[in-house]
Amino acid sequence: MPIPVRVRVNTTQREHAIDPRVLLVHYLRDHCNLTGTHVGCETGICGACTVLVDGKAVKSCTMFAVQADGSDVTTIEGLASNGHLHPLQQGFWDCHALQCGFCTPGMIMASAHLLAENAKPSRDEIAMGLRGNLCRCTGYSHIVDAVSQASGQKAVARG
Amino acid sequence: MPCRRHRGKRRWPVADQNTAPYVGRAMRRVEDPRLVKGIGTYVDDLRLPGLLHAVILRSPHAHARIVRIDTAAAKSIPGVVAVLTGKDVNAACGLVPCAAAIPDLKAPKHTVLAGDRVYFVGHAVAVAVASDPYIARDAIDAIDVDYDPLPAVTDAEAALKPGAPLTHPDIPSNIAYTHNVAGGADIDDAFKKADRIVKHRIYHQRLTPMPIEPRGIVASYHQGEQSLTLWSSTQIPHLIRTLLPGMIGVPENKMRIVAPEVGGGFGAKLNVYPEEALVAHLAMRLNAPVKWIETRRESASATIHGRDQVGEYEVAVKNDGTILGLKARTVADLGSYLQLLTPAIPTLTGLVLTGCYKIPAVKIEIIGVYTNKMATDAYRGAGRPEATYLIERLMDIVANELGVDRLEIRLKHFPQPSEFPFATSCGLVYDSGNYQGALAKARELADWDKLLAERTAARAAGRLFGIGVSTYVEICAMGPSKAMPAGGWEWGCVRLEISGKVTVITGISPHGQGQETTFAQIVADRFGLPIEDIVVLHGDTSVAHYGRDTYGSRGTAVGGSAIVLCIDKIVAKAKVLAAHLLETTSDHVVYEKGKFRSPGVTNREIGWAELAGEAYVAKNLPPNFEPGLEASSFFEPENFTFPFGTHIVAAEVDRGTGEVKIKKYVAVDDCGPQINPLIVEGQLQGGIAHSIGQVLFEQTVYDDSGQLLTGEFMDYAMPRAVDIPEYVLGHTVTPSPVNPLGIKGCGEAGTIGATPAIANAVFDALAPLGIKQLDLPLTPQRVWQAISQSTTASV
Repeated sequence: MPIPVRVRVNTTQREHAIDPRVLLVHYLRDHCNLTGTHVGCETGICGACTVLVDGKAVKSCTMFAVQADGSDVTTIEGLASNGHLHPLQQGFWDCHALQCGFCTPGMIMASAHLLAENAKPSRDEIAMGLRGNLCRCTGYSHIVDAVSQASGQKAVARG
Repeated sequence: MPCRRHRGKRRWPVADQNTAPYVGRAMRRVEDPRLVKGIGTYVDDLRLPGLLHAVILRSPHAHARIVRIDTAAAKSIPGVVAVLTGKDVNAACGLVPCAAAIPDLKAPKHTVLAGDRVYFVGHAVAVAVASDPYIARDAIDAIDVDYDPLPAVTDAEAALKPGAPLTHPDIPSNIAYTHNVAGGADIDDAFKKADRIVKHRIYHQRLTPMPIEPRGIVASYHQGEQSLTLWSSTQIPHLIRTLLPGMIGVPENKMRIVAPEVGGGFGAKLNVYPEEALVAHLAMRLNAPVKWIETRRESASATIHGRDQVGEYEVAVKNDGTILGLKARTVADLGSYLQLLTPAIPTLTGLVLTGCYKIPAVKIEIIGVYTNKMATDAYRGAGRPEATYLIERLMDIVANELGVDRLEIRLKHFPQPSEFPFATSCGLVYDSGNYQGALAKARELADWDKLLAERTAARAAGRLFGIGVSTYVEICAMGPSKAMPAGGWEWGCVRLEISGKVTVITGISPHGQGQETTFAQIVADRFGLPIEDIVVLHGDTSVAHYGRDTYGSRGTAVGGSAIVLCIDKIVAKAKVLAAHLLETTSDHVVYEKGKFRSPGVTNREIGWAELAGEAYVAKNLPPNFEPGLEASSFFEPENFTFPFGTHIVAAEVDRGTGEVKIKKYVAVDDCGPQINPLIVEGQLQGGIAHSIGQVLFEQTVYDDSGQLLTGEFMDYAMPRAVDIPEYVLGHTVTPSPVNPLGIKGCGEAGTIGATPAIANAVFDALAPLGIKQLDLPLTPQRVWQAISQSTTASV
């Protein structure tokens, strides 16, 4: 039986009647038509579905939409402002931190959480912060470059 | 802001997007803005009116007879539109094609849903279609299937033993084929002359490609036109358009295949799968668009796997390290069915078995075997990683047994650069190479002598520190048509629009490789136009009419060459028009950087915009001049290309835990001239990461009863960001003579060159303990056990 859910998604207040079993990721994709959040595994491992719920990175395949009732959700579509790419989006573009692009939205959202917690992470801290997100194309080095650039750091040495 | 990399050293700034020349510059990709904003359209993002959702019920048994399927309860669920089994759909869906031509191949009939038996865990048994994907999942849960389990065989060598269960009742001994290759000098003579025979056994574990986007299909049938549109997360829309008509009866010219954004392939999506015919059939049968999106468990169990070969090898050597001959016997586990290229993959291993060495005599026997597992097929590298891993392990093993230096034994068997084109004992002709150059550069970048000193110090301190090297060559730019099952050419089209903008259409189907950028770089330079004026289209057979798609590191080398041929044709045609407008003859017209001039005749110069306007308005054309400025071309490569390189790795093994840590990674790869070094770097780093996975973590595991134990990301351990070392990447540039760009290809190099380099480093680290052989992956558990056993033995 659908029940009412009120969620603020990317600054838009939304209200839908949703089956309790609907996952947050399917709610975002199929009810809000925000298809930038991707489904890679439905088991909380790959991180392609990562969004911010009340500022914290959440794998939206591990949460029911009804659990987000009253929350503030940010998806990849909500990151750019006034037509300008977010520094993480710019960093991923500049550093060739994506190839097929499927893991990218989740990777960027997880990075947003990481930078909110640690504004100037080392390369090792970036790698640790992204261990919940899988990428099969890039081999991750360029992703670490991108997050490092987005944090405003210049030359970042590791090891 | 330019990004920085490699221990803070900036290797090159990301190029200013507005400055020519573009070729050779590390440019940001034009694909990326839509992808970083999350507004790219993958198959699952498609929204069609009246869309129905299909979910497939799959076998939980590796081998069983289907006694009964009861679909009544599933059909009664509100919202369920259809529940169908093999009896309902197989006649209309034809057989899943295998395009590999292997003599005397015994192939089972591969229907889209199981008939009266299932042959592997994940075998599709029934399909439910509903208005909502959640309801379709409810429906398959409500299907009741009675299975009568049968004995399963899950190991290829066990499958060859007398009395082994038969995967298919009508295929004796589980043997699909036996393939023999012999080349060069007489093999028996070589072994007679040997001072020593070195023997080794290598198991290449089964791997799962695991693109992060699972497969997905949407089909829509247009009753009026009797035509079909099929969107698929595939690497090969054109090959599907060639092969799907034979399955479902819709003719090729009424079939449109679209590969929209595709979330990674690695060979997993280089196939025609049962689901493509099934979903197309459902759309036709139900007169509604139908979507099927694979779950990760389905991706792990019913999308192709790779590798799974076991080989026994014998090398005939002289005491001075000279290799006289190589004998190999490979047993390849094909799984239960043949997918598009399944039986051909192990034969690729045989083609490049001698690596980059002069080995005078070779003999290889390859046996393809059926087992109750998912089919193996082309996973990144496809046959070449297997060959490279074994020849590079063998070089180390031979060097160690004879007490010869590992670099010296490699150098001793390299052909000289002057010997190219170089004919190998395996029957190939390598196009160009300078293997000595790549090795020398890698040795310098790695500071080899310092590494050796570091190893000596580490060993003196009781630490397990090792250095590994691999010198590899691979087969790329697939390929000449005579060597490919369905043509190896590539098609392209270039059109100057009336506005002077350029539309480029390619028959390759990039899914992360970035040819919207690299092809624009090539075209912008040759037309002397800003890169923003170029648009590259691909992945839709109604736009790119012909093509052979993306696999085998062929995209830029073969696809880009077709674009170059188009440009040449347009420039030649434009010269005729320019001569007319400049009131001269075309042999007096000079073309350079987007301008047509006639020095000595007139000071006037004509650019593309003016020419395009004249060509399409067509009021002032030379006699017999066809309007328009458009050209299409098929490029047929005369040979494969053979990229090569040297990878050097330093690794340390933790004695207490068996954990391997990569301390240094140096790769020198020669893929010919680079259009965009940033993209080449991404391809190499990504490929090396696959190798790190293969050596240290990944293995697709079936238990003895055929249950798949690695059915989710939870169980199949791929590298994460924390597992990746800092890379030092270098290049040498040896152009290929077989295409106009000189490009060799770089998509698989990392996966081919890195695996043996990493493994050799680990075995070098373990050498003081006398550990010479372990199967991959070298997990902490496996390494720790070997360390414990060796320590116990030495006590």
